[in-house]
Amino acid sequence: MADPSTLAAAVAADTAIEAHAHAGPRGARPRLAFSRRNVFLYGTLIVVALYYLLPLYIMVVTSLKGMPEIRMGNIFAPPVEITFEPWVKAWATACTGLNCDGLSRGFWNSVRITVPSVVLSIAIASVNGYALSNWRFRGSETFFTILIFGAFIPYQVMLYPVVIILREIGLYGTLWGLIVVHTIFGMPILTLLFRNYFASIPEELFKAARVDGAGFWGIYFKIMLPMALPIFVVAIILQVTGIWNDFLFGVVYTRPDTYPMTVQLNNIVNSVQGVKEYNVNMAATILTGLVPLAIYFISGKLFVRGIAAGAVKG
Amino acid sequence: MSSIVVKDLTLTYGSVNVLNKLNIDVAEGEFIVLLGPSGCGKSTLLNCIAGLLDITDGQIFIKDKNVTWEEPKDRGIGMVFQSYALYPQMSVRGNLSFGLKNAGLPKPEIETRIARAAKILQIEPLLDRKPAALSGGQRQRVAIARALVRDVDVFLFDEPLSNLDAKLRSELRVEIKRLHQNLENTMVYVTHDQIEALTLADRIAVMRGGIIQQLADPKTIYNKPANLFVAGFIGSPAMTMLKGRIEPGGDVPVFRSGDAAVPLAGYDGHAPAPGREVILGVRPEHVTVRPAGVGAHAARVDLDEPMGSDSLVWLTFAGQPLSARAAADHGWRHGDAVGLDFDVSKASIFDQASEQRL
Repeated sequence: MADPSTLAAAVAADTAIEAHAHAGPRGARPRLAFSRRNVFLYGTLIVVALYYLLPLYIMVVTSLKGMPEIRMGNIFAPPVEITFEPWVKAWATACTGLNCDGLSRGFWNSVRITVPSVVLSIAIASVNGYALSNWRFRGSETFFTILIFGAFIPYQVMLYPVVIILREIGLYGTLWGLIVVHTIFGMPILTLLFRNYFASIPEELFKAARVDGAGFWGIYFKIMLPMALPIFVVAIILQVTGIWNDFLFGVVYTRPDTYPMTVQLNNIVNSVQGVKEYNVNMAATILTGLVPLAIYFISGKLFVRGIAAGAVKG
Repeated sequence: MSSIVVKDLTLTYGSVNVLNKLNIDVAEGEFIVLLGPSGCGKSTLLNCIAGLLDITDGQIFIKDKNVTWEEPKDRGIGMVFQSYALYPQMSVRGNLSFGLKNAGLPKPEIETRIARAAKILQIEPLLDRKPAALSGGQRQRVAIARALVRDVDVFLFDEPLSNLDAKLRSELRVEIKRLHQNLENTMVYVTHDQIEALTLADRIAVMRGGIIQQLADPKTIYNKPANLFVAGFIGSPAMTMLKGRIEPGGDVPVFRSGDAAVPLAGYDGHAPAPGREVILGVRPEHVTVRPAGVGAHAARVDLDEPMGSDSLVWLTFAGQPLSARAAADHGWRHGDAVGLDFDVSKASIFDQASEQRL
């Protein structure tokens, strides 16, 4: 049974709460839609978005116009008569040098360059990163430092030496030569990416796998690889975008019939004979940029997640 | 027969000596707990036994086989980690079978072993779940089962209960003890929790700075700590340390601190020679608080910490703090004068210079 005095105290407390019940604000604090904070925040976002979207808008609009309409000069105006002819021309019939089969040749060249480069560089870099974070060996830190140092040397310095190396091993001017170059130059940043990601995976997991009798490759394929999907997505995005957009290596290490899409685009846009076909140029540019854009839109969410996951521990 | 023998084990990282000429001998079926504060080298020792760390010098024998250069999988050990270390992309069944598949065991054999381990640890309904869908306690059960399916003689536990909340910890502690009773395997268990050590161990190795301070059964560790460090580390609430010196008395030497004198009649150890600077260590339960004027000594009440079942009373005795266990309803308050009695037969005397028990 409750003691009468404590019971009285409880009743007194109840009335004290009662007295406060109706006074003043209650529940969630109201938020103004047009508070100063919101105006600044959304205002800035809208302005920045417009700044970046306007050029894209002009490109799309121009590429859908015929030349007479473009000559009128209203670059912001939407097309009066929508035509897809510039797109077809850019893809299939635009001339660069002697070839008149449009960007399609460059597109397939770029695919043939990008796919093996991405697969090869990521395969090697992920094993590198795994070995450097989990199987420390004598000098592994030194090796890693040297590798990272490579990321800070400007590519231009190495252009000519690489030309000589490729010539000596007989790969100069071939697609495989360019693939080797992309694989090597992607190595520092990708290794760093994978090493840091694997370092964030608890060491005990690795130890448990060793007790369970898995070896170097067993742990890599069965334990680490399945856990590293986000960072693989990040690496794929980085590499596809980087290699697809590369111009310098493409123009130096290939020949006209193996030019990647970017080099071919440059040749179309910068050709000086005849009329400047702005609509074809715009269409060609959008076509070239479509692949990285598509990659980003498909995997943007994974990209952010992977970057964040890798960034936690380094 | 010895199950594990570690001989002159030395491990150095650069210039840091983590383990220095460490020797330990674990008997067949024994439950050994490596206990110590963080950084004392207990986990390092366990990792060395497991073969997960390359040692600098020394030898390790498991079941009389020299395994110093063997891979972890060939040492006949199973290991349980603090963070469970379950493979997140595999189901519980996958986790249990991973090691067995690596060892190339036939499928029916794998099935029987998993079934047996799952039954022992009561995780049968969880076999097809992923680790992410399990609670902490269930995960640690699976981790123990993963060590169990390997059908090994030696189990190594690396702070297996540290990530669990207090209630689960005490539940699983009992379960591990029961597991040991049923399996009778050799177990080496690393922890910084003295309750775990005292409840589970056949023998405890208290470590500090890569050196085993004392290796003995829990009773000896608790009642006759080899030195000041062990005495202070074991026991909660901690042992009280009173500084003083030994003086000649009537029949027995007397411990004197300020104006208080404690005759050392019945001390379980070498009663030291008079004139020595010593520390008298008394556990709270060996101090009895009495009404003023009744006990052999006088003290003043400082603070009272009620703990439910009993109460810890902090006293000032001869100018030094002293804690005593008292009944929960003792009724003394701050500032009260009280009397005291010591149970000298359960106390420990340490040399001030060497910190060793006398």
